[in-house]
Amino acid sequence: MSEARPARPGLYYPKLPATWWLRRPGYVRFMLREVTSVFVAIFLVELLVLVHKIGQGPQAYADMVAKLQSPGWIAFHVVALAFVLYHTITWFQATGVVQVVRVGDRQVPPPLVVAGNYVAWVVVSLFILYWLLVRS
Amino acid sequence: MSPGKTMEPFWWSLFSAGGVVAAFLVPVHLFLHGLAVPLGWVSVSHARLLALVGQPLVKMYLFVLIALPLYHWAHRFRFILEDLGLHGLRMPLAVLCYGSAIVGTVATLWVLIRI
Repeated sequence: MSEARPARPGLYYPKLPATWWLRRPGYVRFMLREVTSVFVAIFLVELLVLVHKIGQGPQAYADMVAKLQSPGWIAFHVVALAFVLYHTITWFQATGVVQVVRVGDRQVPPPLVVAGNYVAWVVVSLFILYWLLVRS
Repeated sequence: MSPGKTMEPFWWSLFSAGGVVAAFLVPVHLFLHGLAVPLGWVSVSHARLLALVGQPLVKMYLFVLIALPLYHWAHRFRFILEDLGLHGLRMPLAVLCYGSAIVGTVATLWVLIRI
């Protein structure tokens, strides 16, 4: 291979150390927000394995649940839940800015859009809990 | 593709759709399957879960829930790595990240179809 160079040579990349995001709280929050996606992906792979185990039978499912009871997994899920909630919060916050909702000629104020997202989120989450735990 | 055009809008739309799914649906599932069930706060019988995942609508739901946010991850993770200074690997990183999401999508389809 010849010299390494960006695929789009027209772009300028400032030279920064890999720790640039530690310089300001805002940068740290940005990086934390981006990292939430890693926890989302890990959990979804887990969920896919869980669905697969459910298909394999009661014993396979029980074994998987037993594994998830270990302190390591519980600790991981507590941390992962915090990150996933941070994704939800930041996503709704961004939606309020990006998504312009109009009623007639008037724009719905962004805080109201964000509040609407939260309400919808709570309703959807409660519905899923109800569907899985109560209805049978 | 004509010069100046990129695939970025396509991947961005998947990123965005996956971000919505992750924001609305992932917390409750993580809480339920990652904490509430293992810690014994609630219990769901295997028979009930098996009956649920056998339903076509639930399979479609699970497909959307699992596959779309993988593209959300791919997009963000790609730019995390670039932002950490790996600009020289722009193309391989994109292939690796979006490729992983595609592999995940196929795996999800495979698991759901076999149940």
